[in-house]
Amino acid sequence: MSFANILKEYENFDFQNYFENVTDEMILTSIEKKELNKFDFLNLLAPKAKNYLEKLAQKAHKITVANFGYTINLYLPIYVSNYCSSNCLYCGFSKKNKIQRKKLSLEEVEIEAQEIAKSGIKSILFLTGESRKVTPLSYLCEVAKILKKQFSFVSIEVFPMSQDDYKKLFKAGVDGLTIYQEVYDKKVYQQVHVSGEKSNYDYRLETPQRGAEAGFRALNIGTLFGLGDIKKEAFFSGLHASYLSNKYLECELGLSLPRINDAEGHFKPNTILDDVTFVQIMCAYRLFLPRVEINISTRENAKFRDNLLGICATKFSAGSKTEVGGYTKARTEPQFEISDKRQSDEVIQRIQSLGYEPVYKNWESI
Amino acid sequence: MDILKIGNKEFSSRLLSGTGKFRDKNDIKKMLEKSGSQIITVALRRVNLENPIDNILNYIPKHITLLPNTSGARNAKEAIRIAHIARVAGCGDFIKIEVIHDAKYLMPDNEETIKATKALANDGFIVLPYILPDIVTCKKLEDAGASAVMPLGSPIGSNAGLQTKSLIEMIIENSNIPVIVDAGIGLPSHAAQAMEMGADAVLINTAIATASSPALAARAFSLAIEAGRTAYLLKLQEQSKYANASSPLTGFLNL
Ligand code: SF4
Repeated sequence: MSFANILKEYENFDFQNYFENVTDEMILTSIEKKELNKFDFLNLLAPKAKNYLEKLAQKAHKITVANFGYTINLYLPIYVSNYCSSNCLYCGFSKKNKIQRKKLSLEEVEIEAQEIAKSGIKSILFLTGESRKVTPLSYLCEVAKILKKQFSFVSIEVFPMSQDDYKKLFKAGVDGLTIYQEVYDKKVYQQVHVSGEKSNYDYRLETPQRGAEAGFRALNIGTLFGLGDIKKEAFFSGLHASYLSNKYLECELGLSLPRINDAEGHFKPNTILDDVTFVQIMCAYRLFLPRVEINISTRENAKFRDNLLGICATKFSAGSKTEVGGYTKARTEPQFEISDKRQSDEVIQRIQSLGYEPVYKNWESI
Repeated sequence: MDILKIGNKEFSSRLLSGTGKFRDKNDIKKMLEKSGSQIITVALRRVNLENPIDNILNYIPKHITLLPNTSGARNAKEAIRIAHIARVAGCGDFIKIEVIHDAKYLMPDNEETIKATKALANDGFIVLPYILPDIVTCKKLEDAGASAVMPLGSPIGSNAGLQTKSLIEMIIENSNIPVIVDAGIGLPSHAAQAMEMGADAVLINTAIATASSPALAARAFSLAIEAGRTAYLLKLQEQSKYANASSPLTGFLNL
């Protein structure tokens, strides 16, 4: 069954009613369980489960230590272009925004890469706005090849493509694919993705699968909190990750929990994900999916990130710049405002002082 | 002396350790001292020759035998590739093959593991394959040139002990190469049990690395392994005592 069909099964699901009927006992049972099913997951997302947040966090921590130890994987993002042919209401790169556009030349990519490599971190995520015209597949393949010289693990966050195109990127050295559905609620999806290729909901939904089929070893997915109903979005994200990990046993799955931040365009979020609910959702992800990577970006502030580390985060971006050319020239507008503005060495020191091992390199180019 | 022989090397310790999951790489050295472990497994994916602070190899004393592993390999081809990179990186000829096609439970792929073992043993590696405990696989690995087999006790990181006890017993009973129980050993008593059953060695990583004091945990495991081994040897001795009885206990009856 496709994931789209699974989502359909929930079209008439009364989340409100389900949550109202969740009892304390159900929540406690779900926390104690070894293998959680989707209803257990839902129980942990219920508003009432907030009363057991400490218990939930303790369990999440325990599972994380068993599976990942006291380690945190590090990566850095590099923005190679902010050209975009889509108009997404919440994004600073939207074509509607009158910002300075920039695409790095291959020489510039090389220079930025060298600058980033000085941090010692061997994992990199390269991002573009979604413009097939300005940043076509051939360009992306070249960028991948350049980055692969300095970094052992290269991931992409670019426009969705076909399996064949992904195969070319895989051959060029790309190891991982990050693709956020942004919002699983189709109605909201159509509202915020006004025009451009990104307005194709179904094509985007099946993107992680095409990536897995093409051979990528890591998939990172998630919803952008602030667009749809918070709990439903969390539930569908978890379900999606579970679906993919079951279908593609060989792929490492990662979940991110981006929430809307100030960006150019000043989009007012439809929903607000507060800190308490953030932690609740993150822990619910961990209990439901013990081996999934939980990726926390610099959208979150330093103090909050440091605290999440002790619960169940396993992956951090460090010293991120969200402008194109940000590591060397910092000329353009950022895609979103980062909150954790520390340099990578500061982040690393802090991780160590918290009793965790920062992992600079977690893959070998083979 | 009770010696464990793997490939061309001899060891007095039967505790194999690992470098993963520590909160501080400096704890690795202390752990090795306290446990007496002489073999340590290192994921090649974590070996970072360019960055001395991050490079795990810099935290391992020179007299310890490195057992690089192919963690992250999804098939035989990738495992073989990683083994060769490890050799070039200076990690020696020992290789622990981990082919994992299942990122959810981290179960090894026995079929691909056999393929990789054959190729690497042919290339002169000392191959220690990590497997689901299956006697048929073990026999095929022996034929393929493996220097030991490493059946799992329970899933990696689960600390659930010897969930596969009866399958491992079969292997111990029939194997002509050392049997090293790997993964899932959460308590010293689990390790003792494996050794008492006749395992030749035990590999422990998570339970030591994630303990509040890795050094103390290492000591506890090493004592348990010694206890289990001694108990096993005693059992052997008692069995052979009857086999060699020079004066039968019922001799006086003139039967
Ligand atoms: S979210 Fe992506 S596709 Fe949409 S405007 Fe921003 S960069 Fe373009």
